[in-house]
Amino acid sequence: MPGQHGMTERTPLWEVFVRARRGLSHTHVGSLHAPDAELALRNARDLYTRRQEGVSIWVVPASAITASSPDEKDAFFDPAADKVYRHPTFYEVPDGVAHL
Amino acid sequence: MFDFALALGDDALIAAQRLGEWTSRAPEMEEDIALANIALDQLGAARLLLTYAGELEGAGRDEDALAYLRGDREFRNCLLVELPNGDFAVTMAKLFFLAAYQLPLYTALSGCADERLAAIGAKARKESAYHLDHGSLWVKRLGDGTDESHRRMQDAVDQVWPYTHELFTADPAAPVDPATLRADFDAVVSAVLDEATLTRPADGWAPGGGRAGVHTEHLSYLLAEMQVLHRAHPGAKW
Repeated sequence: MPGQHGMTERTPLWEVFVRARRGLSHTHVGSLHAPDAELALRNARDLYTRRQEGVSIWVVPASAITASSPDEKDAFFDPAADKVYRHPTFYEVPDGVAHL
Repeated sequence: MFDFALALGDDALIAAQRLGEWTSRAPEMEEDIALANIALDQLGAARLLLTYAGELEGAGRDEDALAYLRGDREFRNCLLVELPNGDFAVTMAKLFFLAAYQLPLYTALSGCADERLAAIGAKARKESAYHLDHGSLWVKRLGDGTDESHRRMQDAVDQVWPYTHELFTADPAAPVDPATLRADFDAVVSAVLDEATLTRPADGWAPGGGRAGVHTEHLSYLLAEMQVLHRAHPGAKW
């Protein structure tokens, strides 16, 4: 009987990104287990878009994602703030530019 | 017309009850949710069909009276849906065959002359397409999987196959004659079984009787569990 032995061998982990109905980009909404990409998509539809909040789903094997290391946070995200020329703040954004 | 709506409603109701038995027992959490979703889809269709059947009958029976206050001899579901769940492969074989029948049925129904049935068919058709997709995916994966999953899936198909013939018994007086759905069913089933490296069983024994209220030994046990609360506390509300 399934479910009686506690630990079964888990299928691979997938990360799920959903683009909302009126959204512009895909947003990470969570993860799930599935044996392959096709079933991962179906499972994502059941788990994350039951209220029709999404129009497009991406699934990616969790093993394919490379994340930045928390230890390198300073070097990565805090460049020297005194070098103002590093920051794109010296021009006006024209009116009518969408989605910036 | 009453008999027809009742039969389809009973198919969906009993299928929902069987699928509901998987809740918290499926191989994985994701599949647990998928099976519960499909069960709720079937239950939704059952409610619409039984409500309409009650109106057609005109004897004051609503969906609850039809679901909870009939004995097994008064149920008109096909035998396929009342069979026990067995292992995951048997459940998937049952789901796949049921959906491969319900999809062309609801599709044809959505174009029938009866407005209510057409509306129910149009709504249920989308859900059936998803059920068929889900069942097909698993039949293919299990059939074309490991030696063990292939063996179990072939056993499941062999075990359930005889019960599919009942679905297509001719009924020219019905809004949709089930006999006209057979070609569609066969085409879908053959394609999936081929891809799953499974052998389509030979046609032989064809048990029937569900549409006339003559059921397997499994239905009365299922009903005893499904109806116990309503029979003990008639009209109970949550």
